[in-house]
Amino acid sequence: MKELLVILFSAILTDNVVLSRFMGICPFLGVSNKTKSAVGMGIAVILVMTVSTIVTYPIATLILIPNGLSFLNTIVFILVIASFVQLVEMVLKKFMPPLYSALGIYLPLITTNCAVLGITLINIEDFSGMGEFLPAIVNAIGAGVGFLMAMVIFSGVRTRLNCKKIPKSFQGLPISLVAAAIVAISFMGFSGVIDGIFSSASESIPFFLK
Amino acid sequence: MKDKLNVLLNGIIRQNPVLVLVLGTCPTLAVTTMAINALGMGAATIFVLVCSNLVISLLRNIIPNTVRIPCYIVVISTFVTVVGLVMEAYLPSIYNALGVFLPLIVVNCIILGRAEMFASKNGPLVSAIDGLSMGLGFTLTLFLMATIREVMGFGTFFGMDVTFGVFQPLSIMSQPAGGFFVFGTLMALSIFIQEKRGKENIKRTLSCEQCGLCDKAKCEGCEHNNAEVQA
Repeated sequence: MKELLVILFSAILTDNVVLSRFMGICPFLGVSNKTKSAVGMGIAVILVMTVSTIVTYPIATLILIPNGLSFLNTIVFILVIASFVQLVEMVLKKFMPPLYSALGIYLPLITTNCAVLGITLINIEDFSGMGEFLPAIVNAIGAGVGFLMAMVIFSGVRTRLNCKKIPKSFQGLPISLVAAAIVAISFMGFSGVIDGIFSSASESIPFFLK
Repeated sequence: MKDKLNVLLNGIIRQNPVLVLVLGTCPTLAVTTMAINALGMGAATIFVLVCSNLVISLLRNIIPNTVRIPCYIVVISTFVTVVGLVMEAYLPSIYNALGVFLPLIVVNCIILGRAEMFASKNGPLVSAIDGLSMGLGFTLTLFLMATIREVMGFGTFFGMDVTFGVFQPLSIMSQPAGGFFVFGTLMALSIFIQEKRGKENIKRTLSCEQCGLCDKAKCEGCEHNNAEVQA
């Protein structure tokens, strides 16, 4: 249980998918104008990331790797994810129209988002041992939540930027990138937090309880 | 001949894929901590871009319009797999440094964007030149960014010490925050230069207008996106 919590929190905070792994920068910059769309996109990413790990992990560990076909991982994953997202979109449209109208426009946006393919590939590399299906899923959920968190924080920053006077060359994307740098610095503050919380709990009493 | 030269120069400067078209931002930020990694990434991207443009251009009359995006993805990921295996065999240190970003060339929007915008409409030779020019523009920008970040962040250049005891490396430059900062500053610089030269239309947008793959009515601003919907 403790290991799962460590995986979850390090995926959200220290190894944040956008701000320290640099995946999914396009939607991070493109869809973070408004907090509402940032939340919608983030939830859709959590959904797609989790489910594509659930789908691709068995394909890789049960079919591709035992047969020595692991070089086909990339090509198989991208096709599986693309067709799978298409399927989810159709199912949502037919059976859950309210959810579709909330998330529908974001689903195709993330089909070829590099964060989704990236996390599935990283999961195969990091959790390829026996019985590590659950940690892989937890890692995918954590990465999705981290994406949502970074998007929401950044959309708040951008809303503030809109009412500031900015030098002409920096208007638009350049100032957003500089703002993203500052948000990334704030996430650097989390490094070591995970080790600190979970190792001190087992070995000694945390400083604030002394 | 002249128009081929024009195509070649177009991608390197006027339509630089990173600073002007704002495509392929993820690898740009991720691999630019070291100059050598940027060159490795650039070489891999040039190879994939030239080959996929060539093949897609040759197949442009055979691929049915409705399933073109999956076809492009298969072609592109085949070449990405080839380049990954070659790098793993001959350049293992760069292969390890690039990590997951090597397979992620598949979803780099420069490649799918050029396939859709250029290779599907033009002949094989000029498409290959377009791929080369876009790839060179990408590589040169990555190399520039990586040089700045390596010199400032580690005080080295291709692993050689260049501080000469004069300055202390700022390690933040080699960390994610430095990547965002250098990218933003370089983009502002490119806008500034264009502005000084009196160019129109200098605003940078991260939009589908550039890659033309998505359904603009539904698009919320990013990448090639709605591709699969149309397909």
